[in-house]
Amino acid sequence: MLIQEQSRPGRRAVAQAPLYSAEVSDIPAGARRLVPLVLPEVSELQAVRHYTRLSQKNFSIDTHFYPLGSCTMKYNPRACNTLAMLPGLLARHPAAPDSHGQGLLACLFELQEMLKEVTGMHAVSLAPSAGAQGEFAGVAMIRAYHRARNDSARTEILVPDAAHGTNPASAVMCGFVAREIPTGPNGDVDIAALREAVGPQTAGIMLTNPSTVGVFDRSIQEIAGIVHAAGGLLYYDGANLNAILGKVRPGDMGFDVIHMNLHKTFSTPHGGGGPGAGPVGVSKRLEPFLPVPLVVQSGDDYRWVSERERPQSIGRLTAFGGNMGILLRAYVYARMLGREGMKRVSEFSTLNANYLMTRLKAAGFDAAYPQRRASHEFIITMKREARDLGVNAMDFAKRLLDYGFHAPTTYFPLLVPECLLIEPTETETKEELDDFVAALVAIREEARTNPDLVKGAPHTMPVRRLDDVRAARQLDLAWRPSANCT
Amino acid sequence: MPFVPHTDEDVAAMLGAIGVATIDDLFDEIPRELRIGELAAIPAGMAEMDITRLMQARARADGQPLCFIGAGAYDHHIPAAVWQIASRGEFYSAYTPYQAEASQGTLQLLYEFQSMMTALTALDVSNASLYDGASALAEAVLMAVRANRKTKSNRVLVPRALHPAYRRVLRGIVESQGIEVIEAPFDRQGGQTPAAALDALVGDGGFAAIVINQPNFFGIIEEVDVLTDWAHAQGALAIAVVNPIAMALLKAPGEWGAVGPERGADIACGEAQPLGMPLSSGGPYAGFLCCKKDLVRQMPGRIVGRTLDLEGKPGFTLTLQAREQHIRRGKATSNICTNQGLLVTAATIHLALLGTAGLERVAAACHANTRRLAALLCEIPGVEPRFDRPMFHEQVLRLPAPTADLLRALAAHGVLGGFDLGPDYPDLDPALLVCATELRTEEEMQRYVTTLARVIAARTQAKCPVEPKI
Ligand SMILES: Cc1ncc(COP(=O)(O)O)c(C=O)c1O
Repeated sequence: MLIQEQSRPGRRAVAQAPLYSAEVSDIPAGARRLVPLVLPEVSELQAVRHYTRLSQKNFSIDTHFYPLGSCTMKYNPRACNTLAMLPGLLARHPAAPDSHGQGLLACLFELQEMLKEVTGMHAVSLAPSAGAQGEFAGVAMIRAYHRARNDSARTEILVPDAAHGTNPASAVMCGFVAREIPTGPNGDVDIAALREAVGPQTAGIMLTNPSTVGVFDRSIQEIAGIVHAAGGLLYYDGANLNAILGKVRPGDMGFDVIHMNLHKTFSTPHGGGGPGAGPVGVSKRLEPFLPVPLVVQSGDDYRWVSERERPQSIGRLTAFGGNMGILLRAYVYARMLGREGMKRVSEFSTLNANYLMTRLKAAGFDAAYPQRRASHEFIITMKREARDLGVNAMDFAKRLLDYGFHAPTTYFPLLVPECLLIEPTETETKEELDDFVAALVAIREEARTNPDLVKGAPHTMPVRRLDDVRAARQLDLAWRPSANCT
Repeated sequence: MPFVPHTDEDVAAMLGAIGVATIDDLFDEIPRELRIGELAAIPAGMAEMDITRLMQARARADGQPLCFIGAGAYDHHIPAAVWQIASRGEFYSAYTPYQAEASQGTLQLLYEFQSMMTALTALDVSNASLYDGASALAEAVLMAVRANRKTKSNRVLVPRALHPAYRRVLRGIVESQGIEVIEAPFDRQGGQTPAAALDALVGDGGFAAIVINQPNFFGIIEEVDVLTDWAHAQGALAIAVVNPIAMALLKAPGEWGAVGPERGADIACGEAQPLGMPLSSGGPYAGFLCCKKDLVRQMPGRIVGRTLDLEGKPGFTLTLQAREQHIRRGKATSNICTNQGLLVTAATIHLALLGTAGLERVAAACHANTRRLAALLCEIPGVEPRFDRPMFHEQVLRLPAPTADLLRALAAHGVLGGFDLGPDYPDLDPALLVCATELRTEEEMQRYVTTLARVIAARTQAKCPVEPKI
């Protein structure tokens, strides 16, 4: 039942509002609300029980193995949450003076420095709120760079076909045309196609490395050479930074601008969809264009630098300069890991992925790139199962829920048919991985003996498979007191 | 290795299964010359007790001054239950609800959120959040220009009495798509945006959309009906930027303008921070976006719909995904993917706990407290209201000395006196924007007033701008 349906006129959580109604008669009648405001009228216990019960209908990292490829669902240490919510940090107003924010600014400055070191970039801005906003900022900097050189012919951003949807969407949002580059048969970018695509119209290329097919592109230096020679810049989508933390750095690979998803690599919570933080790092030539605000150190003090001091900045992405609470969580995480811990992140996430891929291959599943090492993730294709057993990747994914595992990413990247993109992360035990293999094997057996069981899955969730077509055709997007649909 | 569970035996068994000797061998496809050594500039790791000590010291350093700043972020009471529940692992550590059957908790909550936001704005549909109020406005403008191609205009009109940071963010995001942002003046006497001044700005270009801010950045209640009708008369869409708390008292965007088929703002957006989000130096907050139902296919961001499962039981799922980047890529309505889900979780629980009556009381208390504070401050010689129109919960005051100097002196005494309008509005200088939410007590307001009186008196006596001794 919806919270709105539990509502009873006159009931409320009395302790949560001022005890008396204040006088508002000086607000002109013509400006006052006419339609009655219908919000839930429930007791405090009703609300607490309702949302606690709703929470229990979710899978989460805290409750389930969640091997969602490209999303890095690793353990979110609880200390990060507690320490980011200490009163002095939590209650600080964004317009409070720097003198009353030295603790916060020290953390953010050190985070900037650590991110520079671990990515090999020259400067970092913490402003973007998530990966996609980091992409927007990065592409905007590429645009600003070319403009500053009076090079207005560069209208295209190259994007591999394996790229995440945000890459072309961000390029277009910045006013560019996104041009697709195919992936070669071994998972690396098709170099011949790239050579053909670059030219005086190329503003840059957006790459994820390791890519979303779960392999490290071995020709990255060659790619950098080709794009740079054509006058374009290289953008690094840092969604997969977990795979290489402390091993290789985007700056050393030749990238000019990058974003990091702190909600992946630096383990801030995904919160059922967000928030994230998508800091951007740049090489020296792009530094003047960084989004504001930035934290600088002057003497013993730290202070914000805003657009007034950075005339070439691409500007501000949100009103108050970023998801500070998330940056603090990432800071706490980074300090707990330290330099050794960061390396172990990539080492053990890669170990877990390669172990899981090996075990699944041995169990008879098809890896999309069997001849390649897995990065921190890999793809299994269910093409054969779909053809022989009539049970597809989505059916496997849904049946996994019944076995108590969150499904891997399904049908992304688009170029591999019937794919499951599997990312176990470094925080899972070998036992958990072994159980996951056993579940997939058991489901395949079910697919042979009782395919309808798999095709009708899930069976143990709060709902059975949902009718997405109906959802899109008969739109019901909000509860209404009377009509009860839109 | 703080969060890695592997024992030595695990590692040996796993490497054996893979058929390599060391973990390092797993990186053998990465060109040798790219591999790095020590991360010299990163300190050694810390135990939880050590990082706790460090963070506690830093949090203490930031103190807890008495806050009278609003300017887009407001210090409201947050029920204890809000973050206790939002921090439950099942909400906190879940991903975007792509696997609907295993995410019914988050999905139902989002549907309830959408229902609450459409109730607040009196519009038909709401999305499941954008990054913040300012980026939500930028998305609203992009959406309006796409939806209103018939005007053939790429111009949008924005009041100068809109938050300066919102105007900056808006320009930064929409100008790369060739959209031109024109600013409408505010009335020097009243602080509102007069519709009469807009005609002169129409020119040959017309407008695709007009932004209407309620209340405006100065706290002033705008004449939204006139502005909305003016927008529609131009063939422009009306975009409302509203404070959600104000919606308990003020006309909702869906009821702006003359009664008729076009009635209401077409899109409403804003900052959801006042609904249960701590100030936290500016984020994470959440942007909201609502619209009339004809515009739903142009909406950016995630939307949850109610549907049926294969047994005919109701359930919730992400819908209209063909608008989104993971399906439409370069043709999507926006690039947004990760949004502000956990903040929406907090906002939903917050609104359920406050309910209609609670929200009305909060809004009224903020209004009355700010009025009381302004009256008290205006008893100090030289302090007077800058505008004469009714406000919601913020007020602009003219000051007898440079605002920055006074604010600095106040801060030294633990009072954050408000937002200095001078840098963004040199024509109003010296002017201060103050706010007293429902949390500010009579005692705290008195403390602000006596401190400011002394700061001003000491300045006048010493005739010097340095910090006075009190
Ligand atoms: C490869 C890749 N790039 C970009 C993104 C977008 O990042 P965000 O969701 O933080 O905006 C994602 C997120 O899922 C991703 O997996």
